[in-house]
Amino acid sequence: MTAAQQLASVRVPALETRALRKNFGPAEIIRGVDLTIARGERHAVIGPNGAGKSTLFNLISGLLLPSAGDIRLDGVPVGGLPAYKINRRGLSRSFQVTNIFPKLSVWENVRCAVLWSKGEKYTFWRSVDANPEIAARTQQVLSEINLSTRKDLPAGVLTYAEQRALEIGITMAGGANVILLDEPTAGMSHAETERAVDLIRRISEGRTLLIVEHDMSVVFGLADRISVLVYGEIIASGTPAEIRGNAKVKEAYLGEEAH
Amino acid sequence: MSDAILRRASTAAAQGGIGRLAPLGLWMATALLFALLPLIFRSGTALTVLSLMGIAIIFALSYNMLLGQTGMLSFGHAVYYGLGAYFTVHAINWAIAAALPIPLIAMPVVGGFAGLLFAIIFGWVSTKRSGTAFAMISLGLAELVGSSSLILRSFFGGEEGVSTNRTKLLRLFDWNFGPQIQVYYLIAAWCLLCMALMYALTRTPFGRMCNAVRDNSERAQFVGYNPQVVRFLAFCLSGLFAGIAGGLASINFELANSALFSAVQSGNVLLATFIGGAGHFVGPILGAVLVTYLQNMLSDVTEVWQLYFGLLFIATVMYAPGGLAGLIMMHGPIWRAGALAGLLAAYALMLLPLAAVAVGAILVIEMMTHLGVKAAEGTIMKMGGISFDAKSGLPWLLALALLAGGGALARLGWGYLAAAWDRAQGIARDKGLTQ
Repeated sequence: MTAAQQLASVRVPALETRALRKNFGPAEIIRGVDLTIARGERHAVIGPNGAGKSTLFNLISGLLLPSAGDIRLDGVPVGGLPAYKINRRGLSRSFQVTNIFPKLSVWENVRCAVLWSKGEKYTFWRSVDANPEIAARTQQVLSEINLSTRKDLPAGVLTYAEQRALEIGITMAGGANVILLDEPTAGMSHAETERAVDLIRRISEGRTLLIVEHDMSVVFGLADRISVLVYGEIIASGTPAEIRGNAKVKEAYLGEEAH
Repeated sequence: MSDAILRRASTAAAQGGIGRLAPLGLWMATALLFALLPLIFRSGTALTVLSLMGIAIIFALSYNMLLGQTGMLSFGHAVYYGLGAYFTVHAINWAIAAALPIPLIAMPVVGGFAGLLFAIIFGWVSTKRSGTAFAMISLGLAELVGSSSLILRSFFGGEEGVSTNRTKLLRLFDWNFGPQIQVYYLIAAWCLLCMALMYALTRTPFGRMCNAVRDNSERAQFVGYNPQVVRFLAFCLSGLFAGIAGGLASINFELANSALFSAVQSGNVLLATFIGGAGHFVGPILGAVLVTYLQNMLSDVTEVWQLYFGLLFIATVMYAPGGLAGLIMMHGPIWRAGALAGLLAAYALMLLPLAAVAVGAILVIEMMTHLGVKAAEGTIMKMGGISFDAKSGLPWLLALALLAGGGALARLGWGYLAAAWDRAQGIARDKGLTQ
């Protein structure tokens, strides 16, 4: 790669949306969102309930089809692609409501998330143990999310905080470059939240992170940049300091909390 | 910390070594069992029933690739079984007519390919949907093929079907497959092969993703897999094995007819799989053996055997949704904890009242059947070697006494059994063998 190419590849944002819109019948939930997330950036989306944060995630990850506008992953348009194709291009997400494989063991949960990235596809002519890289990566992820000792249990019997950690483990296991986390600390105690933030900081090292989060201490502690979504529009985007000082944001969102 | 992980990993690897050998031993034991069964059960009837069991095991396991492994409820699995049977019969007849040097033992391959081919065609449509929509499409396709079989007479042979002669093919080692024992060994060999292949499938990346799609098809998309492709592949492979089972059935009967396609056939495989337990690999095997046994033995004993069969199914759905295999597996941790003996004593205590209830219920059902269906033969009937008048008061009083007395005792014993179960579970939990 030449220096010029390198420079160009750095300039291409890891994730970008242009004039992104989504309406359900007459109700327009996302109203022209422009979002640019640079490679290696930790970017938080905040906003009041019903602002459209989860819908935005669902559009970017392919769970919903956009009504209009562009979504680009590493400069390549991915809007309208099915979720599994977007995932194969290196974008992985977690869910606000825990979304795991409840009857499979913790080990199986993580391994299923590793398979595609190790080139296994729909292989039915070879044992899943044939490629030792799969077990190695699964064990590595389990250690990172601290669930090694629980690996043989069905995921459905884990505690809430453990299931949230598993959710993050499934999301990162495939080695995606862009990670979307939807309220990863929702419903957690203070101590659990601290551990979760620590985990998120570690796993997003060297990757691009887009996170929706309600806990402001998490957002301001973790994010390099913040975008504020209100009624389907981004009203401000900037560093934590810029957002803290933004009058529009104070009025629309942070102001409410100050009361 | 990392030392601990390494240690655990090395013990796991050591266990893996043994773990890989243990299944091999199990397969060899199964092969030995299959080889020895005809020497233990020597009668002609037993041989016939054993042959049917082998076919039913393949069919039920292929069905469970859909129901248990991938979470797809099909009401039309007999389509691939029946088509496998017809194509095998035609292939045999054609090979005889053209004097082709193909041995009988290879013929189920034709059934497998037919099952696979039609599963590709029909699955292309039906696996685009999951859940209820998939179940309804499977029902519609079964009706379609079932009624076509009566219209396209040149291929399906109308009401009487298509017959063949399995003894006229190329002979290997001087086996002509005339005697049932030779057919039994043919079926047993195929059964073992299919069981091993279907088990191996569950250990592949695809097999693991079938379970993932069953558990949560939405999440499967976000780890890179298209649930529709997983369902389609599961459907095709399931059709392949159903076709092999159908091929073996046609060799066994030397006949393929439209009964093989029937809704009854599709229903039977569902019942067998469910009664055996869809959640474990051995479940459909147990279910196929039990249901085949009941169908062949119970029908000799009572005319309303289907009623008992239905009652068994309802009891399974209500009280043991994990099926026979689920019931057995529940006791695994208790057995390993050494707490099974206390529990078995409680079971033994319950045996008498439950047997009383069962005998009472059977008496009522049989007397009602006799009075209602066989009124022309008079009111005298015979059960367990005792003749009695179904219209007299005494048998009815006895039946009601057995029902009421057994029921009351069972209620009393139930609390004791529940306490024994909790105690055994507690011991297993204390030893860290269960959650």
